[in-house]
Amino acid sequence: MNNIWIYIFIMFAVSYAIRVLPLLFLRKPITNRFIKSFLYYVPYVTLAVMSFPAVLETTQSPVSGAIALAVAIFAAWKGMAIFPVAVISCVTIFITELFLV
Amino acid sequence: MTVFENKQAFFDGVRDGLPIGMAYFAVAFSLGIAANNAGLTPFQGFAASALVAASAGEYAGFSMIRDGATYLQMAVMIFIANARYLLMSCALSQKFSEKESVFHRLFVGFYLTDELFGIAINRPGKLNPYYSYGAFSTSIPLWAVATALGIVTGSALSPGLVSAFSMSLFGMFMAIIIPTAKENRIVLYLICASFILSYAFSVLPVFSFISSGTRTIILTVGISAASAMMFPVKEENTNE
Repeated sequence: MNNIWIYIFIMFAVSYAIRVLPLLFLRKPITNRFIKSFLYYVPYVTLAVMSFPAVLETTQSPVSGAIALAVAIFAAWKGMAIFPVAVISCVTIFITELFLV
Repeated sequence: MTVFENKQAFFDGVRDGLPIGMAYFAVAFSLGIAANNAGLTPFQGFAASALVAASAGEYAGFSMIRDGATYLQMAVMIFIANARYLLMSCALSQKFSEKESVFHRLFVGFYLTDELFGIAINRPGKLNPYYSYGAFSTSIPLWAVATALGIVTGSALSPGLVSAFSMSLFGMFMAIIIPTAKENRIVLYLICASFILSYAFSVLPVFSFISSGTRTIILTVGISAASAMMFPVKEENTNE
C-alpha cells in the first residue's frame, strides 16, 4: 500500500506543472501542427475512454448506467449546460434502479 | 492597473465564480464518493481538491489510488487526464499583458480549470489577475468542501443514492465533450471510436489484464496521436 499523501502530492505537482509552465515561459503560440492537433483531441478521447465502460461498473446495475449515459449524451446534445446534465443523469440512475435493483 | 480597477475586477470575478461554484458542488460531491472508495479521509479529499482542482484528473487519480498504482503510473495518468490544461494554459498565456509579473502568473495558473479558464478567456482585453482571484474565491472552496462532504456522507448514504450521485461525474464529462461533437464530425467519430475501443480493451482476454488507468493512458495517446496524424486540425479550431 503506497502512501496516499505522496499520491496527492504527485497529482498536485503534475497538474500544477502542466498549468503554470506555459503561463511562465510561453510568449508565442505553439505552431507545430501535430502537437496542436494532438492536444486538441486528447480531452475528448480521454473523457470518453474514462466514462465507458467505467459507468457500467460504477452504478448498481450496468443497464441503469447505460441508460443514464445515453440520457446524458442526449441532454448535452440538446444544448443543456453542465449542471442540468449532471442532475438529470443522477435522477435517471435513481429512477431506473428503483425498478432494476 | 489601479487599485480601483483591481477591486472592480475582483468583484466581477466573485460574481462570475459563484454559479460555477454551485455546479462544482454537485460534481465534487460525487468525486468525494469516488475518493471514499479509494480510502481517502475527508481531510485528504479536501486537500486533493484544493490542490488539484480537476474533475477528470482527480477521478483518474482516485481510481489509481484505489487500484494501488505505482507513483510513476500515477504521474503519467495525471499528465494524460489533465493534458488539456496545457492547451488552455498556452491560450491563456496570450491573454496576459507581456509585462505581467511572475508572481501573478504563478497564482493564476493554480486553478486553471475548464470553467474558470472559460470565463477568464472571455473577458475583454488583457486579463486582470484579480478577476481570476475573485472567481477562485467563490468556486474553489465549494469544490474542496463538497469533496470532503462526499467522503463523510459517502459511507452513510444508501447504495442507491451512492450509485445516483456517482453518475453526476459522468454526466459532467458528457456535457463537456458532446457540444463539440455536435459541431465537429471528427470529434463525434473519435468519441464513438473511444467508447468502442475502451469497451473492447476491457473485455478482450488479451487486453483485459491491463489496469483501467493504464488502459486510459494507452488508448488516449494512441487514438489522439492517430487522429492528429490523419485529421490535423485547421487553424481556427484551436484558437480558443
